[in-house]
Amino acid sequence: MSSLVRRGPTPDMLLLDPRGVPVSFRLSRSAVLLTVVAAMAAVAVATASLTLGVYPISVSDAIGIVGGGGSLIERDVVLGDRLPRALTGLGVGAAFALSGAILQRIAANPLVSPDVIGINSGAAMGALTVLLVVGGGGLQLVTGALAGALLAAVMIVLIAYRRGLHGFRLVLVGIGVAAMLSSAISYLLTRSDIHRAMSAAAWLTGSLANRSSLHVTIIALALAVTVPALVVGSRHLRLLELGDDLTRTLTGAGQGRKVALLLLAVVLAAMATAAAGPIGFVALVAPQITRRLLAERQVGLAPSAAVGALLVVGADLAGRLIFAPSEMPVGVLTAILGAPALLYLLARAHRIGAAG
Amino acid sequence: MAATAPERPSDVPSAPARAVVAGSGLLRGGWTRMLGLAVAVALLVAVTLGSVLLGTLPVGLSDVVGALTGPPDSDVERAVRYIRIPRTATGLLAGTALGVAGAVMQGLTRNPLAGPGVLGVNAGAALAVVLAMVGLGITTAAGYVWFAFAGAAVAAVFVYLLGSLGLGGATPVKLALAGSAFTALLGAITTMITLRDASTMDDFRYWVVGSLTRSDGEALTAVAPLIAVGVVVAAGLTRALNALALGDDLARSLGTRLWIDRTVGALAVVLLAGGATAIAGPIGFIGLVVPHVARMVAGPDYRWVLAWTAVLAPTLLLVADVLGRVLVRPEQLQVGIITGLAGAPFFLYLVRNRKVVGT
Repeated sequence: MSSLVRRGPTPDMLLLDPRGVPVSFRLSRSAVLLTVVAAMAAVAVATASLTLGVYPISVSDAIGIVGGGGSLIERDVVLGDRLPRALTGLGVGAAFALSGAILQRIAANPLVSPDVIGINSGAAMGALTVLLVVGGGGLQLVTGALAGALLAAVMIVLIAYRRGLHGFRLVLVGIGVAAMLSSAISYLLTRSDIHRAMSAAAWLTGSLANRSSLHVTIIALALAVTVPALVVGSRHLRLLELGDDLTRTLTGAGQGRKVALLLLAVVLAAMATAAAGPIGFVALVAPQITRRLLAERQVGLAPSAAVGALLVVGADLAGRLIFAPSEMPVGVLTAILGAPALLYLLARAHRIGAAG
Repeated sequence: MAATAPERPSDVPSAPARAVVAGSGLLRGGWTRMLGLAVAVALLVAVTLGSVLLGTLPVGLSDVVGALTGPPDSDVERAVRYIRIPRTATGLLAGTALGVAGAVMQGLTRNPLAGPGVLGVNAGAALAVVLAMVGLGITTAAGYVWFAFAGAAVAAVFVYLLGSLGLGGATPVKLALAGSAFTALLGAITTMITLRDASTMDDFRYWVVGSLTRSDGEALTAVAPLIAVGVVVAAGLTRALNALALGDDLARSLGTRLWIDRTVGALAVVLLAGGATAIAGPIGFIGLVVPHVARMVAGPDYRWVLAWTAVLAPTLLLVADVLGRVLVRPEQLQVGIITGLAGAPFFLYLVRNRKVVGT
């Protein structure tokens, strides 16, 4: 044990207490282990996705190409297509998972995720307006999605905020807004011609095909802004589940931190949707898988993010390999891989705490 | 239950107990609620009549009487008999079924986000319909009915069994999570099929919106008894749902046999939501939201919640359908679109301005 990390109150707990910094963190060994294993697996899958596909490249070649070598066509395949795709996948998976983990805590409800409370529908509405009405692509699409998501989020918070932000009211307002937006989406889909409807449906599933440095930048920016804030705010998340009254008694803090955390979750989901479309189910399933693997009532933001990143890059690689030479959008495969994992963990739950 | 609810204890009550103790709706007292319900029923009757009379083709009361009493002998009477009346009946049946199914589901899972879809009913029906389109080449609306019902039933049974595995049986959280996971899985398979086949996508995008115009009299008479049985079973469950709202432990000590009530409740949801999806396609919003409106009006007692839901849900569905006919004449908007676009703002208004009553 170095002086940075000390033994905590229980065998599973570690205390992270950097010298000269007036903060300390409690870490759980199992959470650290899960984070490291899932993150390493995610990086391994991402590396594999650089080499596999219609144009196979060996691992050492791929690393060489990223380092600056390789022929023109190899550089185009790896740097122009597969690398941005893998990076976007890692970032988007982590962002959706973080967003879901925060929202599930704020609302104290395991079914809550950005898709349920209308943030994804907002992004989808914005993107579809660009796609079907304006007829744009690329940067316009990203801007539309981002604007739509933020607009939906502002609407939800403004309607739900009434002498504080209550989890239950937030969820109800969220499903109302989501229902309204998804009706509008259905309307746009039935009113447009079948070819545009098909491409819109593909976008609505969430896809990592044809990503560029634009998408990598968006998701990197989102994580760079939110993660430092989350490191500070995460300790407050555990308290939120105790309810507003108890939280205020224990910390003296009002609604401000809750709104700030909600805002972080919204920004993460909005930027992730802008970068890769509303990839479903990641935000719901990654925190739940984490919670069930750790079988403890801890916040688990870092492990959730790692599990989410692994799920998305894994699903994307599977969608590319199984259906080669064409491919299946990643949003389809996240459910096909994630749902059985969650169902297995639910069925296997042998402790009261693990069953939730 | 509300009349005998204990006073708020001095210590901090658990969330579900607090919801029952502190919750009371817009209308308090048995007589006010009864009177309110009578007004709501009158409104439903008026809306039903409006749904038969209003639309692109002007219809008079005499035409309706003519269509009902003998063989139709004018175009208007034929339209009433073969289009307007089946459409209105679909709205009444599907609305009631979806609303009651949603209320039962929210009670069983103690989760405000649980609609009829949470048992995987909509996703199962959608997958079965897509398989019927691709595998058997069925493209008529009436042909989908039994596929949709079978898909809904199989999915619900599967979700229930999955949620019952492991310790503690079908606990609310496990049921809700197993349902959402399975729904996502089935939805992914459906998307996988439709994305690879443009013609199926073309048929499917209309089926999936939900509409009251696709069932004929034959399909309706076949599905109506299922829905009726579902409503009766759900009505018999109201006391159990009230007990369940207090939490598993308290419900058990009050004498509720948890697994029997949960199984019976799930059966009712299958009959109701499966039947509704079979005749009208997946209409999600009604089942999710109307029970909340009922709770805001009548308080958390499930006997009142179910009664109000059974009246309000078909009213809302029929109003949405009539609006869809009248707003963009001579074209029509599917009812699934209108319920979301017009119903959601109303719901948001209620959520913002009424005290929210927990499930």
